Amino acid sequence: MTARTSGTGTIALLATGAALLFLVSLGIGPVRLPPWEVVRALGGGGSETDRIIVQSIRLPRAILGVSIGGMLGLGGAAMQGLLRNPLAAPSLFGAPQAAAFGAVATLSLGIADALSLALPFAAVAGAFLSIFALVAVAGRNAGLLLLILSGLAISSLAGAATALAMNLAPNPFAALEIAFWLLGSLEDRSMRHVAMALPFMAAGAALLLARRSAFRALTLGEEAAGSLGVNVGRLRLLVITGVALGIGGAVAVAGTIGFIGLISPHLVRPFVGYDPARALVPSALAGACLLTSADIAVRLIPSSSDIKVGVLTALIGVPFFLYLIVRERSRLQAGLIA
Amino acid sequence: MTLRLAGVSIRLGARNVLSGVDLDLAAGTFVAIVGPNGAGKTSALRAMVGELPFRGTISLDGAPLSGLTRAERARRIAYLPQGHVAHWPLPARDIVALGRMPHGAADPARLRPADAEAVDEAMRVTETETLAGRPVTELSGGERARVALARVFAVRAPVILADEPTAALDPRHQLDVSRALRSAADAGALVVAVTHDLGLAARFADLVAVLAEGRLAAIGSPEDALAPGILSRVFGIEAFRAENEGRPVLVPWS
Repeated sequence: MTARTSGTGTIALLATGAALLFLVSLGIGPVRLPPWEVVRALGGGGSETDRIIVQSIRLPRAILGVSIGGMLGLGGAAMQGLLRNPLAAPSLFGAPQAAAFGAVATLSLGIADALSLALPFAAVAGAFLSIFALVAVAGRNAGLLLLILSGLAISSLAGAATALAMNLAPNPFAALEIAFWLLGSLEDRSMRHVAMALPFMAAGAALLLARRSAFRALTLGEEAAGSLGVNVGRLRLLVITGVALGIGGAVAVAGTIGFIGLISPHLVRPFVGYDPARALVPSALAGACLLTSADIAVRLIPSSSDIKVGVLTALIGVPFFLYLIVRERSRLQAGLIA
Repeated sequence: MTLRLAGVSIRLGARNVLSGVDLDLAAGTFVAIVGPNGAGKTSALRAMVGELPFRGTISLDGAPLSGLTRAERARRIAYLPQGHVAHWPLPARDIVALGRMPHGAADPARLRPADAEAVDEAMRVTETETLAGRPVTELSGGERARVALARVFAVRAPVILADEPTAALDPRHQLDVSRALRSAADAGALVVAVTHDLGLAARFADLVAVLAEGRLAAIGSPEDALAPGILSRVFGIEAFRAENEGRPVLVPWS
């Protein structure tokens, strides 16, 4: 068939972009290093200072940028595929907020410190509960209105619960620390953070990619997909679990970083013939590029205190969401999407 | 292939939508299921395709449906739901290629020759070849109905279940879709179509099953099952009757 359907070109292009941004990310900071010096320091060459800067300080941050961005992009594409809705994304439905509550609750209750494995487990549990509640409340064949309303309720509840946890925090410094952590950042992360989050995200991604073609069959609706042999109930559980694992792992080390999951699928969809199955991997790569770029940008923007990457993605993401609403408006009003 | 329903009952919440229905349907027949709104027609179809839990037995050639895997059932029974939904603007040919999924064709861009042949044949029969590259969401209702039908034909299942395949179509497309289903039955498939169009049922079906309040009110040839007494009892209507080209003509009249 023609190039329109294969998508391999898109994947190669995005993967190259992500690799380049990864290298740039390793070179950006108070000490700027050109890419070749970065590569040399990565391979164990160059000066000791360069090696420490690249390997210990910037490498964990760059790995988290690519993997969390990739997870968010993949999660967004999977949710949009499952719900057959271009405006669906975990962050709109309160999943990261609920994951953050899980993490904050363990922190402020003193159950765990910021580097304990209890943190990602609590975050995963929070994310799972929120998506499960979303599907349960909105129903199986929910239209957009029901999904948005339920998502709004769930994310408000998670926000209120988080506020309560901060309210009850033992001292004001702990509350301040939690507040900053909630903004979403990849700064000052170590390989321990990477080791903590990566297994969860890898497991989540594996689940989301396991039944790819089922997303394509869902184009015809749940009943027709079922008649083609797709176990829709199991797919739903697979996506909920996969997104919860991935988002939970990501939030546990980076706080809430929104809108990457909403934007990424839209950027790649025209290049894969709007096929929800073929959009998954390119969307993950686009997410990796987006988050890494945003994380490079916050280091380049001159400011007195550092801008958190989660703040930047929201500042860019919300206008994009508004643009999507305007673009889909006529279809929304015609009831074709709902 | 024979599809047999024995004592099939369906409960939705507190309501009995189907109560002890027996049907014995043979290959090569076009069966129309008619009945007032809420008579249980769609539920019966959804039970046959395994999308709705039921009591009783539904069997294919004597083997209960519940004993088949999802893939096995999907290869034997093709299902066309109401409304011809398509949520993403996939090219029409990719939609039709979804019909090959039960046969293991996961990617429409990499179809094996046998799968591609089935897709081409289904698009030829439904006259949708010219629509192949067009996004399905941009097609007219009639074109979309034909693409949906092609997707069902591409499965090459011995049993085809269609839920109101002609609803909301113009007369030309109503006839095209009915004729295509008729040809599938003539070619040896068992075609079961739920419809509100008594005229089309009378003209095209071999067998008409009339459902009323979850029970089988009548079954037989169009002349017998749509006889005046049954129409007035089940639908509360009278029909104008005639004959054309050897087929019964029936127009709901008063």
